[in-house]
Amino acid sequence: MNATVIGKPIKRREDERFLRGQGRYVDDLRFPGETHAYFLRSPHAHARIRSIDTSAALAAPGVLAVFTGEDLKADNVGSLPCGWLITDVNGEPMKEPPHPPLAQGKVRYVGDHVAVVIAESYLQAKDAAELIEVDYEELPAVTETARALAPDAPKVHDEFADNCCYVWEIGDKAATDTAFERAKHITRLELVNNRLIPNAIEPRAAIALYSPGEDRYTLYTTSQNPHVIRLLMCAFVLGLPEHKVRVVAPDVGGGFGSKIFHYAEEAVLTWASRKVGRPIRWTAERSEAFLSDAHGRDHVTTAELALDEQGQFLGMRVRTTANLGAYLSTFSTCVPTILYATLLAGQYKTPHIHCQVTGVFTHTAPVDAYRGAGRPEATYVVERLVEQAARELGLSPSEIRRRNFIPKEAFPYSTPVGLTYDTGDYEATLNRAEELADVAGFAQRRQEAAKRGKLRGLGYATYIEACGLAPSQIAGSLGARAGLYESGEVRLHPTGKVTVFTGSHSHGQGHETTFAQVVADRLGVPIEDVEIVHGDTDRVPFGMGTYGSRSIAVGGAALMKALDKIIDKSKKIAAHMLEAAEADIEFDNGVFRVVGTDRQVTIGEVAFAAYVPHNYPLEEIEPGLNETAFYDPSNFTYPAGSYICEVEIDPETGKVEIASFTAVDDFGNVINPMIVEGQVHGGLAQGIGQALLENCVYDPDSGQLVTGSYMDYTMPRADDLPSFQIDMHGTPCTHNPLGVKGCGAAGAIGAPAAVMNAVLDALRPLGVTHLDMPATPHRVWQAIQQAKQQQAA
Amino acid sequence: MKVSMTVNGRPVEAEVDPRTTLVEFLRKHLNLTGTHVGCDTGQCGACTVHLNDRAVKSCSVLVGQAQGAAVTTIEGIAEDGGLHPVQAAFREHHGLQCGFCTPGMVMMAIDLLRNDPAPSEATIRQQLQGNLCRCTGYHNIVKAIQAAAATMAATEPAPTQMKEQLA
Ligand code: FES
Ligand code: FES
Repeated sequence: MNATVIGKPIKRREDERFLRGQGRYVDDLRFPGETHAYFLRSPHAHARIRSIDTSAALAAPGVLAVFTGEDLKADNVGSLPCGWLITDVNGEPMKEPPHPPLAQGKVRYVGDHVAVVIAESYLQAKDAAELIEVDYEELPAVTETARALAPDAPKVHDEFADNCCYVWEIGDKAATDTAFERAKHITRLELVNNRLIPNAIEPRAAIALYSPGEDRYTLYTTSQNPHVIRLLMCAFVLGLPEHKVRVVAPDVGGGFGSKIFHYAEEAVLTWASRKVGRPIRWTAERSEAFLSDAHGRDHVTTAELALDEQGQFLGMRVRTTANLGAYLSTFSTCVPTILYATLLAGQYKTPHIHCQVTGVFTHTAPVDAYRGAGRPEATYVVERLVEQAARELGLSPSEIRRRNFIPKEAFPYSTPVGLTYDTGDYEATLNRAEELADVAGFAQRRQEAAKRGKLRGLGYATYIEACGLAPSQIAGSLGARAGLYESGEVRLHPTGKVTVFTGSHSHGQGHETTFAQVVADRLGVPIEDVEIVHGDTDRVPFGMGTYGSRSIAVGGAALMKALDKIIDKSKKIAAHMLEAAEADIEFDNGVFRVVGTDRQVTIGEVAFAAYVPHNYPLEEIEPGLNETAFYDPSNFTYPAGSYICEVEIDPETGKVEIASFTAVDDFGNVINPMIVEGQVHGGLAQGIGQALLENCVYDPDSGQLVTGSYMDYTMPRADDLPSFQIDMHGTPCTHNPLGVKGCGAAGAIGAPAAVMNAVLDALRPLGVTHLDMPATPHRVWQAIQQAKQQQAA
Repeated sequence: MKVSMTVNGRPVEAEVDPRTTLVEFLRKHLNLTGTHVGCDTGQCGACTVHLNDRAVKSCSVLVGQAQGAAVTTIEGIAEDGGLHPVQAAFREHHGLQCGFCTPGMVMMAIDLLRNDPAPSEATIRQQLQGNLCRCTGYHNIVKAIQAAAATMAATEPAPTQMKEQLA
């Protein structure tokens, strides 16, 4: 590797345009003759649509068209598909209700799409939508996860017996039960993993155009994976030929999972663009985003840990009910199963684990992947249990973890829940975290805080993540309806400049820099000579996109494969140019050399020869220097880390302050530490947000979204957070060419448990032993009062 | 209704619906799309611009209220093709990821430093309350603003001194 680019905090190349206000986000694009769409959404959580009268809206000024579910149905528009089939324990496929892009017959959550109005201006479309008369027969609704399967719970889908989508399980139940029978101690917790609203600061937006001359559609959309959107929309929803549709995701203002999914608006606009014959644009208002972006988390769990007298884990039993919302969003079904229960071993050698997950329908927005997707939920369960067990057994949180860590000699290590971890060194990250967090000085800090009347607490979380979901064949056998590879194309131009096409997508992660570092390093060319292209189905061969921290591990590996092909071919060309045997050619830092001589050609000269093949082995190889590769990983990658949070609580107000937060992560090799640290910071903010601030609430009676704006949904702001202490300790991944693991979700996975463990550590002296997220001042204060009353009684 | 104002030093005039907000005017009429819209309740700060040298949320200002005013947007702060020290510091300290909140953050930071050329971390965090960022966890934004304060102190007279000099 060329040490001058890999592993260096190279400043981001994309920043220049963002800092000057020259980013090109979907809403920044303008097209001649464009029209505006407004979506009329359901005001009810559950209602039958008796009739819809659009005549007044159609007659309103500026209105070009109004469409409802009936229009889509008449045109054979299909259902928004779900990308992962989960098989129920009874052997049957999960219940898969239709998900029409515009409601047909019934609405099933507040915000469900009812009709679209297309007009000359947005205000005209919005005003006209008010004139649509929908005759609703309101019906009772169920929004709460724990109530979805109650015998009297209103059914979300009439065609099914109840609101159960699937019951799924993993692990050896009998062996786990036996382990519990042998246990000296059992720790048990009831946990709620709070529902979250992703809230990328750029709201979702889309613009659809139809070109009759070419009979071709173009959709600009705020997506993390434009090829996936094209495939799902063409093959399942609109029945359009894929080669007649271009999907572009230009600059995208954050995703965190919420922009993976194929949304109704994308399909409706694309379909309507041909009917209307003009470009149609739509940008969600923030209040629409709250209602209609797929939400995250929302689990209710009972978890038990069986231990022996030394505090060794003997078994873990987990029962989770996961809220899927009213319809199955694109990857909703795999998040609380495949991406959750497989992570329950954490960093520990727990020999027996059994987990059962019930996915339920409710009258709420669809729930799908949100930063970490299943892994934060798993880590929260494991790390709350472990720390609770430590308290009950009188062990320190550090000691109980050390007694149960998978030792570094044990890798590769197969867990009882289906994964094989390739590398790790959990003691090392924990040691470093304890040092950075000055755990040794904590007792003194706690005393000092007590003098000021404050409660100080320390909490740990040692998490494991599985990134770069793979391989396709295994995922397929587990129900995935898609492949999980990535593509990359490397094009050397005749002048030696390089254009790279990646199926990954950057919506803040900095691919234009990191991927260019990888390419510049491998080819030995200046980074300025490399351009990274992503996000356009007409330019990039194919792509699964960016989610689950897969970009560098899978997308980067695909590029490495393409680069290998470039270098292989270049060696042949160089051998010809240097009149040497191919076997005698070595490549280093941009130069092909005949081993042991000073005869050499640069990669630029080789590229020129490839395009101007006058002195070239044409009988042996084709001209040109352009290679494509698809990479399907053989395994997940397993980032891991140790997080330590220190909090201070004011018992008078219940307000929790993060006094310090330390994160030490193992991401394997790191291409750009500056960018990686930035990813950790962002993840931590979201994880701390979940633990202390954020909570999506539906009113259980009316089914209305109570937290539908920034006034009611508490986003982490600058003064809610501290500066973070961060370090890394990498054990390179053993099965991808870069040795990288992925870092995007880490902070959001490890932080919630660390914060909650710290809060409980602070409150334990008062007798508080349990609290659910978010630990808002109100909740903390109430817990303190309750504990006081209990102790007085 | 007719409005006229100076935007990034250039006089502009247009015929607009009186319901138009300043941000719509900038984005749609002037095609200055660097100023972003992230919410509908005046709480995200993505739309922050300077109105007569003070940071305002341009989604909460009607275009009529800017009649005759001097408006500066993210497109108007760099001089001679270079970056403004705050822009440069954001780049240097990785104070942006997706870039969507960035124009608002930068405009807010410039205003903040104008009022307090050497702010503490706590002051910066408190002053940024009205600007949401979902990507960076604010860590590097705070660092960037501190760094910008240091460079600006080293290279420029403090604003109060500047005022004195002008007087
Ligand atoms: S768009 Fe102005 S504050 Fe959010
Ligand atoms: S950089 Fe993405 S919201 Fe701030």
